[in-house]
Amino acid sequence: MKILVAVKRVVDFNVKVRVKADGTGMDTANLKMSMNPFDEIAVEEAVKLKEAGTATEVVAVSMGPSACQETLRSAMAMGADRAILVQTDAELQPLAVAKLLAAIVKKEQPQLVILGKQAIDDDSNQTGQMLAGLLSWPQGTFASKVKVADGGIEVTREIDGGLETVALKLPAVVTTDLRLNTPRYVTLPNIMKAKKKPMETVTPESLGVDTTPRLKTLRVQEPPKRKAGVKVADVQELVAKLRSEAKVI
Amino acid sequence: MEFDVVIVGGGPAGLSTAIRLKQLAAEKGQEISVCLIEKGSEIGAHILSGAVMDPRALAELFPDWKERGAPLNTAVREDRFLLLRERSSIALPSFMLPGVLRNHGNYIVSLGNVCRWLGQHAEALGVDVYPGFAGQEVLYDESGAVKGVATSDMGIGKDGKPTEAYQPGVELHAKYTVFAEGCRGHLGKQLEERFRLREGADPQVYGIGLKELWEVPAEKHQPGLVMHTMGWPLDGGTYGGSFMYHYENNLVAVGFVVGLGYSNPYLSPFEEFQRYKTHPDIRRHLEGGRRIGYGARAITAGGLQALPKLVFPGGCLVGDDAGFLNVPRIKGSHAAIKSGMLAAEALFEALAQGRARDELDAYPRTFRASWLYEELHRARNFKPYTSRNMYLGAFLFGVDQVLLRGKAPWTLHHRPDHTKLKQASESKRIEYPKPDGVLTFDRLSSVFLSNTNHEENQPSHLKLKDPDVAIRVNLALYDAPETRYCPAAVYEIVRDADGGNPRLQINAPNCVHCKTCDIKDPTQNIVWVAPQGGEGPVYVGM
Repeated sequence: MKILVAVKRVVDFNVKVRVKADGTGMDTANLKMSMNPFDEIAVEEAVKLKEAGTATEVVAVSMGPSACQETLRSAMAMGADRAILVQTDAELQPLAVAKLLAAIVKKEQPQLVILGKQAIDDDSNQTGQMLAGLLSWPQGTFASKVKVADGGIEVTREIDGGLETVALKLPAVVTTDLRLNTPRYVTLPNIMKAKKKPMETVTPESLGVDTTPRLKTLRVQEPPKRKAGVKVADVQELVAKLRSEAKVI
Repeated sequence: MEFDVVIVGGGPAGLSTAIRLKQLAAEKGQEISVCLIEKGSEIGAHILSGAVMDPRALAELFPDWKERGAPLNTAVREDRFLLLRERSSIALPSFMLPGVLRNHGNYIVSLGNVCRWLGQHAEALGVDVYPGFAGQEVLYDESGAVKGVATSDMGIGKDGKPTEAYQPGVELHAKYTVFAEGCRGHLGKQLEERFRLREGADPQVYGIGLKELWEVPAEKHQPGLVMHTMGWPLDGGTYGGSFMYHYENNLVAVGFVVGLGYSNPYLSPFEEFQRYKTHPDIRRHLEGGRRIGYGARAITAGGLQALPKLVFPGGCLVGDDAGFLNVPRIKGSHAAIKSGMLAAEALFEALAQGRARDELDAYPRTFRASWLYEELHRARNFKPYTSRNMYLGAFLFGVDQVLLRGKAPWTLHHRPDHTKLKQASESKRIEYPKPDGVLTFDRLSSVFLSNTNHEENQPSHLKLKDPDVAIRVNLALYDAPETRYCPAAVYEIVRDADGGNPRLQINAPNCVHCKTCDIKDPTQNIVWVAPQGGEGPVYVGM
């Protein structure tokens, strides 16, 4: 079974971002960039399936500027066999990413596509679902457990108030949640090996995909600062404040 | 894994060593394999500096640094030097400033960004650059020569046992190993002891530098302005001063350095820094702006007389792992680059001769003949003059520089910083004002901006040689000075509800890798070792 894994280059989760002074977006100059943590989980799951003998090949895909090569090298250092970069400096929105992934799926014919459930930069949580829709494939989103069983997979999903297990026929799309696994530390020898693994570069044009943004960002602003709390003397005062000031009861 | 040269540390010194080696190899058509490891998650993540950079050494490394787009974008346009008093200040006219305090021809930079740029060039030249890996242990061969380093294991639990994620470290072997860990490198410290590199040198002395990055309103921004102060809030007996640099994109770097030879255990370098910002001549630069970065790092301040022997069988020390910082100029990046280049030239010559794991005697020799030696020789008496009294010392240093042109026939000496702390009973408690959350801040909200992170489930990387000493000596005699000199609130004395049973709690995940505790702890009971690679601060634009 061939597995395709989508990985996104995002601002590292340890780095605090800030809104540009002119409100047009986030200031990302010189920030440390890393692989989206949910995508790391996706790579880990694919590599585990390969190590278990279930998968035969793991292909990592990323999209964006040439710097995304770094992210793909990390995926290969974790154990992906090869990588494809869809290189573009243009802004890519979830629908465009899903369309590009669909085009690559047509070329590569994987049995399973694993993606992070969302990226920690825009938190859209759309690409996996859109991809499944475009391909008319079954989807198992927010996976906390993936089990491959004859001809299909069982995906345990994290849903509000519990877990839901769905059985999907292959080919399928799976998006990962936090509890699926803990990504491995990459080792120095594996980083060195990853430098020699093949990486192919294509463009949206060569895939015949129109990536024109459909959404327009009007303004980006920081959430209002949380006000300092107050101490109340007793329950009566608390209730009164909840009713008259907070207006929540 | 085998390499010709392994370099520990991706700061200006380590990167310059790597770059110069590859340049020489390319010029002479020789193959040299160079591996550089860096404990930060990326090149530049652990770099914190003022910084005003003298481009002299960079121009030797890359004569076309401008065309190559080196991030030296803001030329210094104005130098100011203020003597601060509590509510007022006296500006020293520029003709009275000794040459070392003039910055004409220098650039205000983010040294982190300069290192990122150097890192790209090192990779382009074929250096194997591996951020995210910490040198954990020096490896020796049968003859006792350094044969390389081992990187740290990943995934060891708090209990010291491997977790599910365990990945063993790897041994990197080399013909020569270069240590470029910066000030108070934990491997450099071991090498100094093992090879007695400090024999005949003064003890190293240090300062702690704290820095904040501010984004200020455009109308307050004066790109190219460099301002230094001495005086308030420190007393004359405490070595230290401040810097403020207006550089690109409405950014202002503001920082404070306190000599770690201070004597009052109640002194808190962090609080002195916060208090300094409330001075009318300082706050007017920052008001209306917002703080976007924070960090701290110890710096070497011993100068030439505290420079250890630079070489030992199988390797050498470069940059501030040795201590090349020029103290009165408060600049070390040019010296780091130059020392790296000199080491690289000696390494190349040795490798070309087929040598391995011997002493690179050419490196100290060419250093001795270099402009860097000359520069450090002139500056050597500044710290000793000023370590007793800043005002008198600065005056004497002025005489030394102006009348004697740095060629005074005497060299003054140092005492180790950790021996200078007085006991709490002989010291006056210092009451610091509460932070206002706008101009001044507390430690935890500051550490937050350093982006520091450490896996919680790992052994503490701050070790106590004897855990009892923390209470029996540090708390009983010095009132736990580590809770004040640590800029990241790592050390905390916790007690039972009734106030009894005091214990030292070490919040290691807060650590910003400044190394101050390893230096200042009065009985040298605290030992800093590297945590897992890729952890610690992630400085942006620092």
